[in-house]
Amino acid sequence: MEKHCMDSQVKGVSTGTTILAAIFDGGVVIGSDSRASIGGEYVSSKTINKVIQVHDRIFCCMAGSLADAQAVTKAAKFHLSFHSVQMESPPLVIAAASVLKELCYKNKEELQAGFITAGWDMKKGPQVYVVALGGMLVRQPVTIGGSGSTFIYGYVDAKYKPSMTKEECLQFATNALALAMGRDNVSGGVANLVVITETGVEHVVVPGDKLPRFHDE
Amino acid sequence: MAAAVATMMPNLGQQISSKNDMIPDWTSQEVSTGTTIMAVEYDGGVVIGADSRTTTGAYIANRVTDKLTPIHDRIFCCRSGSAADTQAIADVVTYQLGFHSIELDEPPLVETAANLFRASCYRYREELTAGILVAGWDRRKGGQVYCVPIGGMLVRQPVSVGGSGSTYIYGFMDSNYKPGLTKEQCLELTAAALSLAMERDGSSGGVVRLATISEDGVERRVILGNQLPKFSTH
Repeated sequence: MEKHCMDSQVKGVSTGTTILAAIFDGGVVIGSDSRASIGGEYVSSKTINKVIQVHDRIFCCMAGSLADAQAVTKAAKFHLSFHSVQMESPPLVIAAASVLKELCYKNKEELQAGFITAGWDMKKGPQVYVVALGGMLVRQPVTIGGSGSTFIYGYVDAKYKPSMTKEECLQFATNALALAMGRDNVSGGVANLVVITETGVEHVVVPGDKLPRFHDE
Repeated sequence: MAAAVATMMPNLGQQISSKNDMIPDWTSQEVSTGTTIMAVEYDGGVVIGADSRTTTGAYIANRVTDKLTPIHDRIFCCRSGSAADTQAIADVVTYQLGFHSIELDEPPLVETAANLFRASCYRYREELTAGILVAGWDRRKGGQVYCVPIGGMLVRQPVSVGGSGSTYIYGFMDSNYKPGLTKEQCLELTAAALSLAMERDGSSGGVVRLATISEDGVERRVILGNQLPKFSTH
């Protein structure tokens, strides 16, 4: 992710990252790369964590500027915990996604940010929501984002199946991130994955040298 | 009051044209083969493929374009970028190669054709918008694929994709291509990759045109829209 350029009129502010989320049978996997870069020339951090926990079973990833990411997720965390206390129950995933959507839509001129929210709740089980750049909210079984995502649309379309097992889904997500990191120069580092199910949350980190290698011509 | 409202309006990306809705954009936009093209080497020849959409802005000027252009008996090129530029370059190279082949009194090399493309694309790089894949078969090196992207670089690759739709299939290609595929596997891979790109890229679509070039000659086929490989819809 880049330090945000203040000129938000500039078309295509680089969102140097690859993020994805996918539903499997019984849960959801959300993951990202770990590179933060400045201007696509200097890697300012090789191990940044872009998968942010906003509640016990709800995580979100952001594509966009690092500053916007931190500010928005901080606000979202606050809103969500307040909402959860008022409701006296864990928040729904759609509530988390809606909070992000409100923030994105109300501030669409200042923000250059897209979010993927993934989680598990009692009402609808595993869900993935994507909040696109202008503030649209859409639910999808699998979604990808960030600059590296353009290279893996074909792979994801071809390989994703709705009812995979947890292991298959983890392998799918790792492969997709590895392929994107292999082609996008502003995505890289390790693959940070989080598996969310009814029973809990599992963090999986795949270091760069353990990532699957594909035919390198 | 009007000025205040205008500054409040988000300027997200596109400039607001003064002509806007009155005049359709296909009267002012250049014809572009925003496209997806692909070429794969196998032992004994090459498989090339392309979509069939040519656009002028939002209008599809030709939905059954043939972007696989013969340059010589066993040498083809796949064109992407400006339709006018690529047609002109292909015509020039066809002439130059034909002349060269007569002088030599033998079939030309694929590398020669690729170099002729590169010469034109590099010399006139400021004026041209052309991304070309040159593929064919010759006796010296068998099946070869050469990539001449915008700017005029030349590189040989066992498999290469090009055009606006190509960005979406890099991941698919990296994970599915292995050296040593058979001709049928190459055809399947190309058809699948092009279908995936056509699903995601607005400038690619229509039918998939494939061609196989080998010592025995050129074999062309078309896969119609409803016969394209389907992937799980989500």
